[in-house]
Amino acid sequence: MAILVYTEINKGRVKKSSLETINYAAKIAELTGSTVTAIVNNADAAQLEEMGKAGASKILSVKNDSLAADNMLISAALEQAVKAENAKVIVFAFDVVGKAVAPRLAAKLKAGLVAGAVDYPAVNGNTLEVKKNVFSGKATALYSINSDIKIISLLPNSFPVKLGDNKATVLEFAPDLSAVKSRITVKETKSNQAGGTIPLPEAEMVVSAGRGMKGPENWGMVEDLAKALGATTACSRPVADMHWRPHHEHVGQTGVAIRPNLYIAIGISGAIQHLAGVNGSKTIVVINNDKDAPFFKSADYGVVGDAFSIIPKLTEAVKKFKANQN
Amino acid sequence: MKILVAISNVPDTTTKIQFTDGDTKFNTAGVTFVINPYDEWYALVRALELKEANLAEKVTLIHVGLADSEATIRKGFALGADDAVRIDAESPDAYFVAEQIGNYAKTNGYDLILVGKETINYNGSSVGAMIAGILDLPFISLATRLDLAGNKATLENEIDGGTQVVECELPLVVSCAKGMAEQRIPNMRGIMAARSKPLQVIPASGGSPLTSIKSYSLNPGRTTCKMISEDNLDELVHLLHSEAKVI
Repeated sequence: MAILVYTEINKGRVKKSSLETINYAAKIAELTGSTVTAIVNNADAAQLEEMGKAGASKILSVKNDSLAADNMLISAALEQAVKAENAKVIVFAFDVVGKAVAPRLAAKLKAGLVAGAVDYPAVNGNTLEVKKNVFSGKATALYSINSDIKIISLLPNSFPVKLGDNKATVLEFAPDLSAVKSRITVKETKSNQAGGTIPLPEAEMVVSAGRGMKGPENWGMVEDLAKALGATTACSRPVADMHWRPHHEHVGQTGVAIRPNLYIAIGISGAIQHLAGVNGSKTIVVINNDKDAPFFKSADYGVVGDAFSIIPKLTEAVKKFKANQN
Repeated sequence: MKILVAISNVPDTTTKIQFTDGDTKFNTAGVTFVINPYDEWYALVRALELKEANLAEKVTLIHVGLADSEATIRKGFALGADDAVRIDAESPDAYFVAEQIGNYAKTNGYDLILVGKETINYNGSSVGAMIAGILDLPFISLATRLDLAGNKATLENEIDGGTQVVECELPLVVSCAKGMAEQRIPNMRGIMAARSKPLQVIPASGGSPLTSIKSYSLNPGRTTCKMISEDNLDELVHLLHSEAKVI
């Protein structure tokens, strides 16, 4: 019996969320007395080694260029891997691919799924009990997975990645997908990531700004602060709706939900819909010229004042701190 | 060309969340329920737009829930849905809901099944892909655009670090996200017509929840916000490093 982990390579790296899920599976393996088998498509030797360091005992290495185009193909490949490994627990990241594949596989295997787990599970007899956020981050529910095969998808950034000196055994794995009739054709892909920036769902630090910035021409200082911190930039819904910033930067209930270690919100009042997408952040700093802005009630640190004078000063303070660190 | 739109009945976004029965049940007392915003704004409104453009004949709502969710279904009628099916059962988990909707869709044949990207109460983002798994249909997740030409759908959806444009022949299951359509307000004619539109109630078939919720707890809010003077931002950076340990 093994814990099977679905992992991915993106832009030449093992996805951070994949390393997190391998770590997470290693913990479940420890709790249940089993081992971790990771499955990955088109990984090179260095990437496989890193996955080993994260805690995979075995890696099923797939080489298939058509797999990624259709979650139906990924799910079918995983069904065969589950069978081959006699896996009773399957772990995904709760990200764009995990959201499409894990529920399909759950339906195929009649496996109970907890989507968006935030903690390690506890073993209780034949069940696993695990917590996830509900009511858009306002509450936590303790789920019991009661089926024979169990699937957990882990909310990204729930745990820091740890690498050890473990080495994985790599096996080639060629799932037979001849019976799966994929009907999806990818016509075009559009990247919204500038080179070198960390995508929002993976970012550990996010600098986000709202209408208080008064116009898109003032974003330079927000970007400077983000750059000084090594953070990714984001924005509130009105800013995206007014096309000051691209839609993929919109965080909140209707946009991207994030949970970085540090979230700095500048000129954002803190509407409940915005909070629903960011209240999982570990530390929240709010900068606003209105001392009664509701966001201060959900913040750890607050600065009241004019963003246009605070942002450059904060950027300088960060640079000074970083210089002293080195 | 028939479209099935799955809707969930959820507490309004501004609801103060409370639990009851030793924190094992959501306390519905005094709570206003609405159509799950993503099911309404994106899935249902896009379905209605496709019908208005003569690309679909009929938009049917499907909901798994008890009689107390009928007001929510009528709101979907007021927006323009033609008819509805309520599967008369509580919805214990995503798989149970997907199985009910999948079973209904299998016997009644739909070309397009639309769901919202997630519900705002359980945030699982699971039912759409599960329905696709049960029916062996393609699934496009987090779609921001959906166009139809004959039997072919063209969609744009979210992928890691960007979006992609895909084509897929119907039938198809789609989870709908922001960009797909804009929220609508029902007009008086819609509200009047809603009273007489057909709402069929059918019993649950099969049904096997695979997970259960043992207990709930409220997430602690942030208790105090430390205010820092704008003239002392070195202190803020210091606190982020030594107290919050995030930089």
